[in-house]
Amino acid sequence: MFLQTLVTGLSMGGIYSLMAVGYSLIFSILSFSNFAHGAVIMLSAYIGLALATKAHLGFGLVVTGSVVGAGVLSVLNEKFAYAALRRRRAPSLYLMISAMGCSMFLENMVYATIGSRFYPFPAFFGRQIVTVGGSSLSLLDLFAFIVSIGAIVALHLFITRTKMGIAIRAGVDDMTMCSLMGVNTDRLISLVFFLAGAFAGIAGIFLGIRYFVYPTMGWVTNKAYIAAVIGGLGSLPGAMVGGLILGVLETLISTYVSSVLRDVFSFTVLVALLIYLPNGLMGAETEEKV
Amino acid sequence: MDYILNIVLLACINMIAVAGLAIFTGFTGLFSLGHAAFVGIGAYTSGVLTYHWNLPFIWAISAGMAAAGASSLIIGIPTLRAKLRSDYFAIAILGFGEALRVSLENLPWTNGARGLSLDELSGPVWVIGALVICLFLTHNLLISRFGSLFAAVREDPVAAEMAGINLFRTRLLSLVVSAALCGVSGALLAHRLAFIQPVMFTLTQSTQLLASVIAGGMGSISGPMIVAFIFSLLPEALRGLNMWRLPAYGLLLVLIMTYRPQGIMGYQELTDIFRKARKRFK
Repeated sequence: MFLQTLVTGLSMGGIYSLMAVGYSLIFSILSFSNFAHGAVIMLSAYIGLALATKAHLGFGLVVTGSVVGAGVLSVLNEKFAYAALRRRRAPSLYLMISAMGCSMFLENMVYATIGSRFYPFPAFFGRQIVTVGGSSLSLLDLFAFIVSIGAIVALHLFITRTKMGIAIRAGVDDMTMCSLMGVNTDRLISLVFFLAGAFAGIAGIFLGIRYFVYPTMGWVTNKAYIAAVIGGLGSLPGAMVGGLILGVLETLISTYVSSVLRDVFSFTVLVALLIYLPNGLMGAETEEKV
Repeated sequence: MDYILNIVLLACINMIAVAGLAIFTGFTGLFSLGHAAFVGIGAYTSGVLTYHWNLPFIWAISAGMAAAGASSLIIGIPTLRAKLRSDYFAIAILGFGEALRVSLENLPWTNGARGLSLDELSGPVWVIGALVICLFLTHNLLISRFGSLFAAVREDPVAAEMAGINLFRTRLLSLVVSAALCGVSGALLAHRLAFIQPVMFTLTQSTQLLASVIAGGMGSISGPMIVAFIFSLLPEALRGLNMWRLPAYGLLLVLIMTYRPQGIMGYQELTDIFRKARKRFK
């Protein structure tokens, strides 16, 4: 029973990590909370759903399509809603309001056009079960966990080992200096948004398969913000660890205490952390603490 | 005629909550995604009091106002003392709102998600009277020393602190006043609609309040008032386009931030504009 709960928690945590990584990437480069991230996740789930049910594609192609689709959406989102503000060096509050507006726009566009129905994903994994040491683990859970961790490790390698990755890290450190050194910052930011969108795409597919696809499914990104804060905003390993910790804690709470208290618990953790450990487990010292 | 009166009264109730948020976001410069929770606390406190104990309406409103103000301390004291970045604060207060909704759905005397049926007590006199009193008090607060403190904290927290302003106390005061106004609005709303439900006070409502404040203009009360009034009337005028109202609000927020971040009346009031116009004609 405990092992089963742990694996469910880890797989939920893996999905939280994927969302937290995207959120953290954008935060680290533009230092604002991208509230539209949840809407991108929701749209990616709809893209995946359309590919799976209308085009009858296999799982691999569905994931690829939704990753690319979400990446492009995320870049477009930046171009339309943030680029002008960013060039004007507007305060991060403005970017945040604009993000909120985007999320409202996208979510309610889906309501108005597709409708508020809950769509189930076709059963890619069925109810297949792996038995380990006497407890039965769902294949989907194991798979979600492994894919999430794999994707985050790949991103880490990309950021630490490639030239583009170095550019991203330089941009995180000092955007002005980076552009003086001849890096095209517009392209750099588009790249970051594409990466964040791609991770949102994977997260959207797994969320859709686990639960349903519906217009407000993106609200679960609130948990990703919490995960990112637990790990320390702007730190990728931190986002992963934070996501896993949150996923496991939440599953333990809803299994052994009460499922109603789960969300109350997460937000209490958030507030407590922000007060006692505002830099999270692995975050760098934040200068702006206003 | 009853129909129009009803809409105007709902618009007035909405304006009270928007005035509250305008103090906090527009004048003190903190971003809140959870003010609908304070409206909810006001609505439920007053609703439970009139439903279970038949308290006179004026006491129910006062209790709703007090409860909303007091509950803002629960979230305000820890988060504002820690001097969180504005987006951390927004997320923390969002969490507060969600936690509140879950609690309302599970408390014994709120009737859960099914909602609470109340008497229709807030007539035109109550609503318009409350709006006038609230606006009068807000205006006086904002032209007082506290109004200047709020603006100083908004413009430059570091400089304000250097000048000896206690950031924590100033922000907390602003939060409590704004929550109390939202509480009044909630109490009136509950007894206007004669029915309340936890889902009436979620993120969507918080964003609508925020959209009115931002579109109306930071640092202005009359701007958000005008926008709140228009936002409450428009969906009635455009019944058939109701589905497109929220996407339009979203788009409006993005466009305002891109082209006119100060909102329609940024940092000025209707009276300022009249004064300027008069000068020009002289």
